[in-house]
Amino acid sequence: MRALRQLIALGLVLGLAATPAAGDLKDFYFGEALYHALQGRYFDALQRLDTERAMYRGLDQPQLDTLHYHINDAEFSVGDFELNYRMHHRAGRAIKAVLEGAVDEAVRNEAAFRLARIHFQKGQLDDALHALARIQGTVPEQIKDDVEFLRANVYIATGRPSEAVKVLEQVRSDEGLAGFVAYNLGIALLQDGRQQEAIAQLDKAGQLPSPDKAGLAIRDKSNLVLGAILFELGNFERARQSVDRVRLEGLYSNQALLRAGWAEASAKQFDRALVPWNILANREPTDVAVQEAMLAVPHSYANLKLYGRAAITYGLALELFSNQIERVDASMRSIKEGRFLKALIREETRQDADWVISLRTLPDAPETYYLMELMASHDFQTALQNYLDLEELRSKLIAWQTSLDAFDDIIRLRGQNYDPLLPDVDAQFRDLDARMRLRLEQRNHLGKRLQAMLTAPRPEYLATAEERSALERIALIEKQLGDSDSPASLALRQRAARLRGTLTWRLETEYQERLTAAYEHLKELTPNVDALTRQYDDFVRTRQAATHSYVGYDVQIARLRMRVGDAVQRVDSLMARQGHMIETVAINQLAARRERLVVQQNQARFGVADSYDRAARTPTGPEER
Amino acid sequence: MKAQARFKSVLWMLLVVFALSPAAVPAQQANVPAQQANVPTQQANASRGLDEQVQEIKSDVLSIAAELSQLEEKLLYPSGTQVSMFVALAKGDPMRLDSVRLQIDGQLVAHHIYSAKELEALRKGGVQRIYVGNVTTGDHQLEVVVGGKLESGADFNRTERFTFRKEVKPKLVGLTLAGSGNTPIALGEW
Repeated sequence: MRALRQLIALGLVLGLAATPAAGDLKDFYFGEALYHALQGRYFDALQRLDTERAMYRGLDQPQLDTLHYHINDAEFSVGDFELNYRMHHRAGRAIKAVLEGAVDEAVRNEAAFRLARIHFQKGQLDDALHALARIQGTVPEQIKDDVEFLRANVYIATGRPSEAVKVLEQVRSDEGLAGFVAYNLGIALLQDGRQQEAIAQLDKAGQLPSPDKAGLAIRDKSNLVLGAILFELGNFERARQSVDRVRLEGLYSNQALLRAGWAEASAKQFDRALVPWNILANREPTDVAVQEAMLAVPHSYANLKLYGRAAITYGLALELFSNQIERVDASMRSIKEGRFLKALIREETRQDADWVISLRTLPDAPETYYLMELMASHDFQTALQNYLDLEELRSKLIAWQTSLDAFDDIIRLRGQNYDPLLPDVDAQFRDLDARMRLRLEQRNHLGKRLQAMLTAPRPEYLATAEERSALERIALIEKQLGDSDSPASLALRQRAARLRGTLTWRLETEYQERLTAAYEHLKELTPNVDALTRQYDDFVRTRQAATHSYVGYDVQIARLRMRVGDAVQRVDSLMARQGHMIETVAINQLAARRERLVVQQNQARFGVADSYDRAARTPTGPEER
Repeated sequence: MKAQARFKSVLWMLLVVFALSPAAVPAQQANVPAQQANVPTQQANASRGLDEQVQEIKSDVLSIAAELSQLEEKLLYPSGTQVSMFVALAKGDPMRLDSVRLQIDGQLVAHHIYSAKELEALRKGGVQRIYVGNVTTGDHQLEVVVGGKLESGADFNRTERFTFRKEVKPKLVGLTLAGSGNTPIALGEW
């Protein structure tokens, strides 16, 4: 059951790929996170999205931020990315946060579905059911089938096949999903003890039209499973028909060929059994089915009483098993010498996100002979993926150490550049700043005075310099004349009064024009003052930027350097343990494989001797010749 | 987009159903020696413990990455001068984008040739940050040269020139490319 759930979990991991936001993208950085995720670069995607979400949460008015349009998608995507990056703990937390937030029903249901998938993946089946039970009301159309499919899978995994059958019978999926539903329904029926219905259902699943490779693969699987059931029931003819429907080049072709041969052999049709087995015997010799076929072929010849050919083909099998044992030994030696792990972390392997496939292209060497066979084990795959993730983390951390050194250099060089310059710049700035402030204050003062003169006219404030001088001279003359009553003084006093009256008349009558002109003149200053303010602000920003470009980083860089160093140590330690585990798993599996090969080698050895013995006692027939 | 999600969904279901096939285990594979049964269990437990530690270190390294990226931004691309250029493909556009070249004020700042995976990511709605750098505040000339192939197989080469204004805050410039329609290169500013 554990292995089953692990395999299901693997499927979930692969299935929860990034789903781009629906509708038009408003936030470039969210789009960038998707861009990384869609290429399988989940670390980069998470790094981008974590930063974006942290900034969004730190805003006073997040509703004004562009991420606000995608925040639900972003929260889901974080969970998906984390799951794809095999961070199940964080993924669960992220999706729970959405589930418990104030979101609408459809979003909550989708979150519940995703949470259920994570629980299912982690083997927490009760929690998965509990999460599924939270789905109520409006379910987004695009996940309706998926929800029911998951529910059925959980029922099957918890040993409730009859309930799974009920759910699967209700799923009306499109062409792309039909094969999977049909197959799982067959399996659920089988587990529910309804064998005949299961056979009919798998037969149906094995003949469904398929639009894509995945559909073809599940159709092959249906036929293979059906063939196995019929074979066990002794219905060899139908079993053969079923496995004959499996494609010759598909994922299950080796198993199908082997089983097709056994169906014929069980019906005593050894000559017909030789057809699939001979095809199989020429395939990749490390495959279990191929190795079994190497013994099955001479076994058929022996049953056909073609002992000479049986002896020869047993001889070929013996040679193959001996070679394979040597290869397994070489692989085990190579693994013990540490070459296996080195082969796995070659750069060319990591170029492709689909690294399991690219492993096939590794050069043929003892450390890689049985690699694809080992990859069939989920434990091995998980351990290997972790190891490769750790290796990737290690490369990043080492690169960051270099970056931190570079940052130190940048800061040092900037300091060398700015330190001698800034004191003079600051002194000049202080001088200019004082002058500028004085002028701006004067301007503001004038502005206020003009504003006040609108309601409390003060014509004398708008007198020209000449007028002010004339008024002062008149005042002086009047003072010099004093209180004298002489006719000359009186005449002069009258003249002075006339002059004062003339000036006052002018100031009073021209007051509005003069006030407007003064206001206009003051306004003419505005563009210049604005330009000056901009320049001032630019300078202040540039000056601040100069300081910020090299001051205040020491503590942060030192802390980061320590964290990076600490992380490198932890990664190294984990890599050593994970690597050891991979090697142990690999060696254990190869040892089991070797044991099996030794048994087959003995069978072949016995077969050779027995066949020669029988051949010697039997007259040679025309077919044998 | 929905089709892509469905394809992914089908993939995981495929793996799910592979697992749910007890009858499919070949008889010859069932002969696992009994004494080995405990070893995988111990290995699995150790593996789970290690797996959790791997998850923890991943989390820590992501947190370091976030802090480091903020530090890098502050040091190398302060907000007063920062400009970022993004490339997106118009929704549903079938053009095969080969390359994008950007010049700011006559200086080549980015030249990217797209891999199949990158193109696929763009087609599915991803946005590429093609350039991040520094410019002064004020107006700047941007020249965008796009090369690719249309669905018909015809070459697609376009050059467009835009003016963008850099203010005090960080500048984001989005370029949406389309092989069809009247606007092969659309500029969006944030």
